[in-house]
Parts: sequence; structure tokens; C-alpha cells
Amino acid sequence: MANNDLNDDFKGPRTYVELLKEILSPEFETHTTREQSKVEKNVLELCKVKKPLLSRNRHISYLKKSITNLSKNYEALDCSRPWICYWTLHSLELLGERLDDDLCSNVVQFLNKCQSPTGGFGGGPGQDAHLASTYAAVNALCVIGSREAYNIIDRQKTYEFLKSLRTDEGSFHMHVNGEMDIRGVYCALAVAKLLNIYTPELFKNTEKWVAKCQTWEGGFAGCPGMEAHGGYSFCGLASLVMLNKSNVFNLSAFIRWIVNKQMRLEGGFQGRTNKLVDGCYSFWQGGAFPLINSILAAESKTKNLEAYWMFDQKALQEYLLICCQDPFGGMLDKPGKNSDIYHTCYCLSGLSVAQNSPEKVVIEPSEVNAVDVTHPVYNIVFETAMKAIKYFSSLPLPEK
Amino acid sequence: MSSDNDEVEVSPKRERKYSSSSTDSEYVDLEADSFDNLDEDVHYHSKLHKRMSEQTFIPISEREAWKDVVPIEQDDGPNPIVAIAYSAKFKETHDYFRAIVKAKEKSERALNLTAECIWLNAANYTVWQYRRDILRELGIDLKDELKFIEMMIRCNFKNYQVWHHRRVIIEWMNDPSQELAFTAAILEKDDKNYHAWQHRQWAISFFNLFDNELEYAEQLIEKDIRNNSAWNQRYYVISNTTKFESDVLDREVDYALDKILEAPSNESSWNYLRGIMMHDKDGGMGYNRSILKKCEELYNNNCRSPHLLSCIIDISQERISCNDPKDSLFHTDKALELCTDLEEKYDKIRKKYWKYISQKISEKVKSTA
Repeated sequence: MANNDLNDDFKGPRTYVELLKEILSPEFETHTTREQSKVEKNVLELCKVKKPLLSRNRHISYLKKSITNLSKNYEALDCSRPWICYWTLHSLELLGERLDDDLCSNVVQFLNKCQSPTGGFGGGPGQDAHLASTYAAVNALCVIGSREAYNIIDRQKTYEFLKSLRTDEGSFHMHVNGEMDIRGVYCALAVAKLLNIYTPELFKNTEKWVAKCQTWEGGFAGCPGMEAHGGYSFCGLASLVMLNKSNVFNLSAFIRWIVNKQMRLEGGFQGRTNKLVDGCYSFWQGGAFPLINSILAAESKTKNLEAYWMFDQKALQEYLLICCQDPFGGMLDKPGKNSDIYHTCYCLSGLSVAQNSPEKVVIEPSEVNAVDVTHPVYNIVFETAMKAIKYFSSLPLPEK
Repeated sequence: MSSDNDEVEVSPKRERKYSSSSTDSEYVDLEADSFDNLDEDVHYHSKLHKRMSEQTFIPISEREAWKDVVPIEQDDGPNPIVAIAYSAKFKETHDYFRAIVKAKEKSERALNLTAECIWLNAANYTVWQYRRDILRELGIDLKDELKFIEMMIRCNFKNYQVWHHRRVIIEWMNDPSQELAFTAAILEKDDKNYHAWQHRQWAISFFNLFDNELEYAEQLIEKDIRNNSAWNQRYYVISNTTKFESDVLDREVDYALDKILEAPSNESSWNYLRGIMMHDKDGGMGYNRSILKKCEELYNNNCRSPHLLSCIIDISQERISCNDPKDSLFHTDKALELCTDLEEKYDKIRKKYWKYISQKISEKVKSTA
């Protein structure tokens, strides 16, 4: 196709004058527009002075510190320690960095302490098993990718844990007697697919429940009736892709909703209509585009577009590199916020998506800015996911 | 935050400046509760608690009532990873918690201990679950529990566990009488709070409290026409009560068009219009006189909101077999022209999307020709 006219990605970054044209000028002010205008002002300030360059080494040293020791301020994440492992390891891998083998082995042994005797992983040693921690632990172990890492996972018990969380409708609780929403479906599917413990009966009718979460706007909500939301939309779409049931929802409504979540001035994504940009949605929203492409390619209606994703890949990279990097390492939500490991992981994952369309789009200098390719379903490096899938597919299915 | 020191911080407990609508990223860390935004009210509550506990706090090991219990340390293994530098109080409280869980103790003191753990980390789902087990076993008066959970939600209103706990307690009590006022109070502080809306919807559906909800959603839209959560609530109420029967649909189209006129660049009202018209049985937006008329008026008055242009483009596709005159605003030729305008002028960030739509229209034109 005529890519050159399609793709502004090959022109330079947007100029300051071009950005000024995108400033919000609301018909009348409300709380929403006042908050939006503040963000635009901050973004413009930064665009004036900063260049889009990835501070790779600073992020690496920030992440390497956090894998062993965390300050008291992380007490609030005391039930998310497998998450911290995953966010850190995945971020490092995107940046092309690996921990040494001893340290990897320590991570494996620590995660094993979080594994519950009844299956699944908890947020820390001795805690009840939780579906989100299980997803995070499995992803972290796949990133490590050693036999030791793969083999500590009790697949049979993980299967039983997943089964214990399933509802009659096909949705999943996050833990026994815990809350139920679309995250549960995504985490259960991702774990089951990676570990080769997926069975059709475990996910019977799940696609119907997920489809009910699609809203009048086109995105997915956490549960039926609620508002379309970036994180939940990713969970919904990725789940349908894993179930191979992408025909049960309204794709064009989804596309319309999600393309409109990219902010015209900032270049990053918002999570919901009329909310503010946040770097983490670079992945939650951005990650949906490779999935959209694969669905469209399967329908083979858009052969011409498949070289790129259907959003402005360059504008997203600019937002991430200009507005979301902490000068001392780590990445963040929006200018003025503090960096943290969660945002570091999802900003880098979004950066990876923005760069790695079939025809790559890396803003210059590409040797500084390029990061590795993430798998848009699991959000671990593509090769890493493939290696894990290959390994576990050689193991037998669990007993039902 | 500067992190050029030895430790990394995520700073959930630090003094920060908060704005109520600052972010909803915490919903999607899939677990979540870590970056909760507090407001002044909550600062007040947490400071109050802090002051109280500083004045009265006695280490558990020095308390008479706990003399018989041997605390159990967390087993991180020989080479701890992501090891948090717990405060002495955090460590001790959790060590005792592990001891009572191990002993399967369900007692008044155990209940109080779970509260102490929760004050330190409201995201500890294991503690919450154990607390519920105790409540059941001891048959505690749930009215007190409701007061406790109200306080905890006010201090951590972007946390999954606190809202889930409230839901379970309300189910046990089978009394939803406070839920509308309570969620309204939270939404007063943060009118797009996802958890509060979700809890409210659950209570409304579970106990059939739809009566005045349309008015409530409308009030919030009046307060901020761009509050998309309030628009969602409007849709939710109607789809669970009157449904979008044709008279309701007519009324809602008028409502949406009024709001569009007030703020043509507001995505929420355009999305709502499109969303409700999915229920239309007369052919959709392209056959609705009010919508067609309003779009023409706006366009002729030089409104170039991308949402208006997008709506006109959709209409042209619905009307593809109507043989509209070539110079009509709703002819596909015009739609293709608008796609180009959007790509080049009015909606540059979505250039690839408009290329895609324009291509789809061309294919459609070819196949209907």
C-alpha cells in the first residue's frame, strides 16, 4: 500500500507549533476541562525543552535496585510481591538486560515460597493464592525461563486452583470468596495458555460473559453495566483472542472507541472517555492494536494496513520518552507524578508496542530508543513467551 | 520522586498532593490498590488515626492479652527478593497475624488484630478474608463492621478489597439502606471513581434501587457534562428499567442532542447518542430526522468537531442505498471528503484510522454500485 502517505511516522516529531494547534478550547469549562488543560500545559512545557531519548541505563539501575530491596513505602504492595518481580524482570528484558543466574535462581526460590499448597501463587509467602499474583508469578518465571523456573510451578494444582475460582457463568473470582471481574478471566486464560493447562470445560461460556462486558461505547468494562475502561478492555480483547472467539463482539465499535482514547495533544492514551492521559495505558490501550490487527488480518479485509498499527505510533513514543521518564530512573503516569515500578513496566511495554509493528517505527536515534518486542497477549518478550509455550506444550495436560 | 538513593519508592503512604481525578491507573495494575489517591477528608482521617495510634500504641509483645502467643516471622527463604524494609510495627503486627492464623484462632482479639493489619495495608486480601471468617464465627454485630468499613473506604477508596468487603457485609445484612448515600458521598469527592460506581450498580441491581437513579445521573451530568461515568450510569439505568423503547429513545435522543449543542466537542454525549441508537428499530442514526437535522445545522454553522464529522460519516454509510443527491451532506462522496479533512486537519492523531474508514467506505461503494 501507499505507506509513505499513510505514515507520518516517518516524518520528524511533531513541531511545537503543530502541538499548539491541538490545545483544548472547550465551549465552556468544567472540572474535566480544567484538569485536562493543566496536563496539556505541563506537556507543552516539557516538549519545549526535552528530547525523546530513552535513559536506558538509569532505568536499568533503578530496576536492579528494586529486585532485591524496597523501602518501607512499598508496604502497601506487600501483597503484590510477585507483581514487583514481574514488572522488574519484564522491564529489564525489554531493555535488553538480564539478571545474573544466581539472582534469577533466588527469584525462583522466592516465588516458590509464594506458591500455595493448594495451587496458585499468593501476594507473598504464606498468603492465600490470588489469580493476579498467579499471573504475575507465572509471567516472571517465564521471563527467567530456566528449567528450575518452569519446574517449580505445580501445574496440576494450578489447574485445580483455576477451577475453584470459576463461576457458573464462566467468569472468575480473583481468589476464593474474592471479587469477580474481567481481570479474572484474563489472568486465568493467560496462565492456562502459557502452562498448557487450558481445557475447554474450564472456559465454557467464558466468551459469552466477556462479550457482556462490552459497553455502549465499544470498549470493555470490568463487569457488565460498568464504564468502558482501558485496563479492562485489554483484558476483554486479549481473552477473546486467547479463546479464539473474536467474532462474539462488535469489533468496529471497539476500534472506534479505542482509537479515540489516544490524546490529540499529549500523544499518550487515556483510560476512559474524558479522563486524563496516563503512561500505563500506553500498553493497556496500545497493546490492543496488535490484537486488532491480527483479528482484521484473519478477516483479511485490510491487507494494506497490516504493516502498522492503527494509532499514531510516533506520538505515543514521544509522550513516553519526553513526558514519562524520571530523570533519576523509572517511568511515570504523567508530568508531575512520581515514578514507580508499575508505570516503568507498562510505559516500557507500551513503548515496545509503539515501535514493533511489522514495519518498525522507532523514533530517532533508534539505537538509543529501541526496546525488545513484547507479546501483546501475555506482555512478556515475544521470544520468551514462545519458548515457555514450547516447553509446557511438551508436558501432559492436567487431570480433570 | 528522586530515586537516586539506595531505595526505590512508590510512595503510597507519603504526603502527596492529590487531585481527585488524577489517574485511574491503579485499577489496572490488576491487583491494584497501591497508588491510592486520598483527598483532604481522608488526610484528616488518616492523620487522626496516626495521632491516635502514636499516643496509644503499645507493641503487641508488651500487651498482657497477647502474652500467650508466639509471633511467627515471614518465611522469605534464605535469599529474600523484593524485600520490603517493613517498619517494626508492620512486621510485628503481621507476625502476630501469622500466629493466630496458624492456631486457627477466631476471637475478639484476633478480630482487632486484623483491623490493625488493615490499617497498615488495606490491600491484604488474606487478612480481610480471615476477618470475615471471624465475623461469621463470632456472630459480631455487623453494624459496627459497617462503620469500620466505611472508614476504611474513605481512607482507601481506590482499593478492590475494601469495596469487596463492604459488598459482602451488605449482602450478609441484607440491608442496602445506606448504599446510595454512601457511594454518593464518595462520588462527591471523586465523581469518576470506578469502584464506587461499581458498588453502586451492584447495590442498585441486587436490591432493585432504580427509582431515583436517573435523576442522580442527570444531576452529575449537569455538574460536569463531560463526566462519562455519569453518562454510563444513565445508560445503565435505562437499559435495566424502561429499556430503549421508541418513546424512551426519542426522549434520550433529544437529551443527547441538547447536550451536544451545549458542547459539540464533548465525546461523551456523542458516544451516548451513538450507543442508544444501536437500539433503534427504524434504521439507526441515518434515518432519524432530529439527528440528521442537528448534524446539518451544526455543520452549516461551521462546527468541525471530529465527533460531528465522524457521526456524519457513519450516517452516510447507513444511507448508502438511499440515493441522496451528490451534494448532500450525507452522500458518501462527502464522507470521503470528510475523512480527508479529519486526516489532514481536524483529527491528525487518528490519521491511520481515517484512512482505514475511508478505505472501508470506498469498498462499500464499490460493492453496492
